[in-house]
Amino acid sequence: MNQPASAYFLEERHDPTESHTLSVLVQNEPGVLARVIGLFSGRGYNIESLTVSETESQKHLSRITIVTTGTPMVIEQIKHQLDRMVPVYRVVDMTLTGRSIERELAMVKVRGGGDNRVEALRLADAFRARVIDATTESFVFEITGNSAKVSQFIDLMRPIGLVEVSRTGVAAIGRGPEGM
Amino acid sequence: MTDKSHDPNQMTGAAMIVRALIDHGVQHLFGYPGGAVLPIYDEIFQQSEVEHILVRHEQGAGHAAEGYARSTGKPGVVLVTSGPGATNMVTPLTDALMDSIPLVCITGQVPTHLIGNDAFQECDTVGITRPCTKHNWLVRDVNDLAKVLHEAFYVATTGRPGPVVVDVPKDVQFATGTYHPPRKSDVHVSYTPRVKGDATQIRKAVALLAGARRPVIYSGGGVINSGREASKLLRELVEVTGFPITSTLMGLGAYPATGKNWLGMLGMHGTYESNMAMHDCDVMLCVGARFDDRITGRTDAFSPGSKKIHIDIDPSSINKNIHVDVPIIGDCGNVLGDLLQVFKAEAKKPDIKAWWQEIAVWRARNSLAYRKNSEVILPQYAIERLFEATRGHDTYITTEVGQHQMWAAQFFGFEEPHRWMTSGGLGTMGYGLPAALGVQVAHPDSLVIDIAGDASVQMTMQEMSTAVQFELPIKIFILNNQYMGMVRQWQQLLHGNRLSHSYSEALPDFVKLADAFGCVGLQAIKPGDLDGALKEMISIKRPVLFDCRVAALENCFPMIPSGKAHNEMLLPAEATDEATAAAFAGGKALV
Repeated sequence: MNQPASAYFLEERHDPTESHTLSVLVQNEPGVLARVIGLFSGRGYNIESLTVSETESQKHLSRITIVTTGTPMVIEQIKHQLDRMVPVYRVVDMTLTGRSIERELAMVKVRGGGDNRVEALRLADAFRARVIDATTESFVFEITGNSAKVSQFIDLMRPIGLVEVSRTGVAAIGRGPEGM
Repeated sequence: MTDKSHDPNQMTGAAMIVRALIDHGVQHLFGYPGGAVLPIYDEIFQQSEVEHILVRHEQGAGHAAEGYARSTGKPGVVLVTSGPGATNMVTPLTDALMDSIPLVCITGQVPTHLIGNDAFQECDTVGITRPCTKHNWLVRDVNDLAKVLHEAFYVATTGRPGPVVVDVPKDVQFATGTYHPPRKSDVHVSYTPRVKGDATQIRKAVALLAGARRPVIYSGGGVINSGREASKLLRELVEVTGFPITSTLMGLGAYPATGKNWLGMLGMHGTYESNMAMHDCDVMLCVGARFDDRITGRTDAFSPGSKKIHIDIDPSSINKNIHVDVPIIGDCGNVLGDLLQVFKAEAKKPDIKAWWQEIAVWRARNSLAYRKNSEVILPQYAIERLFEATRGHDTYITTEVGQHQMWAAQFFGFEEPHRWMTSGGLGTMGYGLPAALGVQVAHPDSLVIDIAGDASVQMTMQEMSTAVQFELPIKIFILNNQYMGMVRQWQQLLHGNRLSHSYSEALPDFVKLADAFGCVGLQAIKPGDLDGALKEMISIKRPVLFDCRVAALENCFPMIPSGKAHNEMLLPAEATDEATAAAFAGGKALV
């Protein structure tokens, strides 16, 4: 049987998947993050990146930025499923608006000596990464940028002596004067 | 400090809970006491406005509350203790979530300082029930309790209804704080269900309907949930348009079974004419249903030539399984009202005579026909006779899950909404008996019948004791074929007739069992005994357990093998061994 049959085989359709960045404004109350994550795991959606922090403490608002992948139908579902949760105020698909800036911060630890130290500093300069910790045999760089730039920097550090990486995940905001 | 001792709104958390129930018009509460809810039970003892129905297992309380809610349109309310009390509620909560039933469940919790300590009868109730509720709350401060309780009722009953849990630690029940009656500001500002449909979309829908030549209306449980007015409007729409109408299992009764445009139920065990109409239609109007896999069959072959209009209050139901052309987000009743108004003002009844002629040909196949038998009672016959026997009575039907449920849906005619209580989405065996209790509590003078199977009924039969204690004269009508009939049917059709563990070796003697519980036990073995025994059952004003012995190996037809299209339905007359084998080839992996 090579054609999809019944709802159970929907997932086996190989429709092209897309990556979308969603900004979700939620009431900052206990369990709200568990609700959002539980939705993704329970319904089998992907989380590529997840960033969450309180953004307006007076109003107890938190902003969750989720990068997810799926077919257009699944992305649509994810947005509706998020939107109907009681503590969710708004869901904005930053990818669809096409007018958003995405940034990620990473701290990258590199170990090495001699030419490798020089090379690491040279690359860091090219990527506008800052040195935030240094010993005689290591650096910790702080780099900010879109995910591709951060990944590229990490890839370049690997042969030089990459020890470990801590990434914040993607934060996104719309361009222009309007808020979400 | 001011003296608050005379402030009537100063009270303990436990008192607030009872007070909130009263303020929300709750008359009945289903529950089971335990350590972590003792303060609440103490308050219940000292008042008479809310009647508490003591069940025998928390699952029974949940299903009873569901039956209560479905038959009244009011929320069902449950009170259970922490730990096992809460975990036993998981099944009914999930059931209510799947079928959009408003439940408010209050659970006790260990004192706040013990939370996280693996205390006696502790469990992470909000964590466990998060995926099976519409929303839930853990209340850590008694001064938040009133707000949370009011919000809980609001969330459960508005938008797409569903179950909610309020978890209240024991120290919060003892603590004193300030209560306030329900007010608007109790609700999350982020929770704003949409009730009114978009006018442009409604106009588009009317244009499609007016131009239809082969239309069908497909209604679901959303129409029932929306309230009686929605059913009335649906009937009016059918009248005004002259369109044929079918419904999901959950939607039975919104349009009367005797209505002239009624095609019967659709889906896996629906009628041939309804499924063919769905497959061949040019415009489909879906009202408050969700294109579930039991309805659609094979999704890529689902109604291939139609434009689809979908009315639903939950945006996440739109385009979930099936792409629709005109989505309308809003409450079924509200949208139907607007749609009717526009249709009457701007459109004419389209001429669909040719379509009705096509439908008549399908109808003539008589897809629910079965061979009569004078030796053994056929289950279809039993339901038909039960339906006849209950005519003229104010009847409510609940069911368990399996073959008997499908036969009940096929052969019992429902004329009104809120008369049919069945576990549709989750398919919970053991739902029907406790649900019947809930229905009977809400309608003490009505005839409430649980159409059961011999396997399902054993899952929650302890609740017969509840029926006796509270003098709830429910009738448990068991189609006893000594098998888990639907499991056996699938094993026969899909697994080489290897009947692995679907035979109940040691069934109880149901008549003696009834006696042991203090109910009345009846039995019918021959078709000739049936009518007399049914009459007797209905005349008895006490709980009755009716053991109706039916043909053991009868299969439920018609059937769309799962993974097949609507026009690949297997009819009973054609279900020879070869045809069956061919129809089911390759479908084994599906549910």
